[in-house]
Amino acid sequence: MDAGLLAQFVANGLMLGMMYALVAVGFTLFFGVLDIIKFSHGDVLTVGTFTGFSVYLGLQMIGATNPWLQVAAVLVVATGAMAILGALIAKYLVMPLKSAPPLNILLVTLMLGTVLRECVRLFFPDGANPKRFPRLLPDDAVALGSFNLRLDSVLLFLGGLAVIVAIHVLINRTKLGLAIRAVAQDEETAKTMGINFTLIVLVTFALGSAVAAFAGVMNGLYYSEINFGMGLLLGVIGFSAAIVGGLGNIYGAILGGFLFAALQTIGAVALPFASAYKDVFAFAVVIAIMAWRPTGLIAERTSERV
Amino acid sequence: MTRARTLFTTAAALALGLGLAAGNAAAAKKEVKVVFIGPLTGGVSANGLGGRNSADLAVRLRNEDPKAKYKYEMVVLDDECKPNIGVQVATKAASDRAIIAGATHYCSAVAIGTVDTYHKFGLPVIVWGAVLPDITYGNDYKEIHRVNGTMINQNQVNAKFSTGQGFRKFAVIHDTTDYGKGHNKYFSEFLAKDGGKIVGTFGVTADQQDFNAELTQIKSLNVDAIYFGGLTPIGVRIRSQMDKLGIKAQFIGTSGIVSDAFIEGLGPLAEGVLAFREGAPIDKLPGGLFFTAKYAQAKYAEGPEAYGAFAFAAMNLILDTIERVGPDRKKVTAALGNVKNVDSIVGKISFDDHGQNTVAAITKYVAQDGKWVVWEDSEYASGKRKLAGR
Repeated sequence: MDAGLLAQFVANGLMLGMMYALVAVGFTLFFGVLDIIKFSHGDVLTVGTFTGFSVYLGLQMIGATNPWLQVAAVLVVATGAMAILGALIAKYLVMPLKSAPPLNILLVTLMLGTVLRECVRLFFPDGANPKRFPRLLPDDAVALGSFNLRLDSVLLFLGGLAVIVAIHVLINRTKLGLAIRAVAQDEETAKTMGINFTLIVLVTFALGSAVAAFAGVMNGLYYSEINFGMGLLLGVIGFSAAIVGGLGNIYGAILGGFLFAALQTIGAVALPFASAYKDVFAFAVVIAIMAWRPTGLIAERTSERV
Repeated sequence: MTRARTLFTTAAALALGLGLAAGNAAAAKKEVKVVFIGPLTGGVSANGLGGRNSADLAVRLRNEDPKAKYKYEMVVLDDECKPNIGVQVATKAASDRAIIAGATHYCSAVAIGTVDTYHKFGLPVIVWGAVLPDITYGNDYKEIHRVNGTMINQNQVNAKFSTGQGFRKFAVIHDTTDYGKGHNKYFSEFLAKDGGKIVGTFGVTADQQDFNAELTQIKSLNVDAIYFGGLTPIGVRIRSQMDKLGIKAQFIGTSGIVSDAFIEGLGPLAEGVLAFREGAPIDKLPGGLFFTAKYAQAKYAEGPEAYGAFAFAAMNLILDTIERVGPDRKKVTAALGNVKNVDSIVGKISFDDHGQNTVAAITKYVAQDGKWVVWEDSEYASGKRKLAGR
């Protein structure tokens, strides 16, 4: 295998890993503050992407065709709307069930995910068909031998990286982050220290959902195609990535995301028997890792199992 | 005496009344139920909705016909292009004894899964869109018939045509359902005979999003063309991701991507994509103009799509048969077994021992300016435009 080809595989894997990591971060954030698994996360991503797509269509209709303006508007509206949706889900669906068994929340959010997905399919015009997502970023490409590097992919990757750095700074360097960490560590003590528990939970859900919307738009820009089922597999993979990395630990989720993408790429490239089994391979390795380290690669200090 | 007369009168009146009632029943036509099953939701729903409208059109035209013996009601069921759902709805239809026959399935994976159900319940069906050979040839069920051709013929024509265009080195991507695997099998067989070479075969799941790993490998294999055996949704993704990786090879699809949704999903990237489908194009069919005119009149929200004409022909054949032998499943099954040279809008229909209509004609399509154009009429055939890498 020549170097160009290898570079291409690495570049593909990194892009994929970035998307998985962004989804996994959401799962881990929710688990951190409330110790719950929110299975509608992938479908929130879908709704966010379609919201962004609608914004694009709207801008196109009123004649605002500057691609940079469109990207900005699509991102702002999609992340904003999903932040609100995430907070609403937390307030009206998750918080009331806070003291119920964790299985209930898992089930409720699983059902909500189906509702969201079906709504996109049924109510978005012609929603059952794949939609062509516009190419809003410059698509100049540099070909180095068999390595085709596209400017839009680089920009998307940098964008994803910026989001991850921003989350890191937010969690570790701000008062809000301190509060989130405090709630994650011990809810009761955090409350007695004067932290508004409900507000922190809502903010965390808003944050996680906004990041998912960002990942969705990124997905659309990268693949130039969106469909109502896109969040389903992304959700499952993001969830596995979060678990493998250590549920509750943000860096674990990011690590898990990239690890999963690497496994899929290796599965498709290195396995002699057809690529049809790459997901089988990746998930099998995940199972092995879970058996080896039940609390994930980077365990949350006070890990609880669901 | 008086009493006896009263009794007689009453009896006479009663008899008269009964007779009248019977007369009324004969005047109002008896209702007969038929079923249409196809994918009405999900990725390939455009084809399913087109098929439903077309079958509905056949029923409507029949009900408007004063000479028809029965009044038909079409039950519509959604198989979602998923085998498990397909078997559920097939069971629902087949176990309803009021339903006499059905035009069923666009997706091969669903159609092959449901044949046992129809056989078990004795419901005669005519498949209107699925192309897997085994649906008719894999069993001896008398209930199963098919108006459209199988994937054998289209792959034969595809292999011959593609090698004729100068494509020699191929990579194959197929979905791992029975449908995709079947396409892979027949295309590989015919391609070998025509002197083409397959340098890489990639099976992918039917809901895969990312094809970069497969495509990067294909890129390193430096192929002339990529053959894709699968349906529209992942076809759109693969074609679009090919472009991102700078792969210049020709994209060759099957009947599974001959849909407007494929072109809408890709926009300009669809240009120059090749695909093959059994049967003549709609406007060249014997009854094509009649069909398109009536379809337009009925003002359906969706177009008939690639297989609408077959759905219409299937439903029409069912209605003809019921008219002839009466609403009885066994009689309809027996009558469908003897269909030979029957005129329809898709040409003459003849079912062989397995209930397979012998359609020889395969149409070659190329995407040109946002439409599927018959190859012979396209600017690619006239040499004005060139296929990828030619």
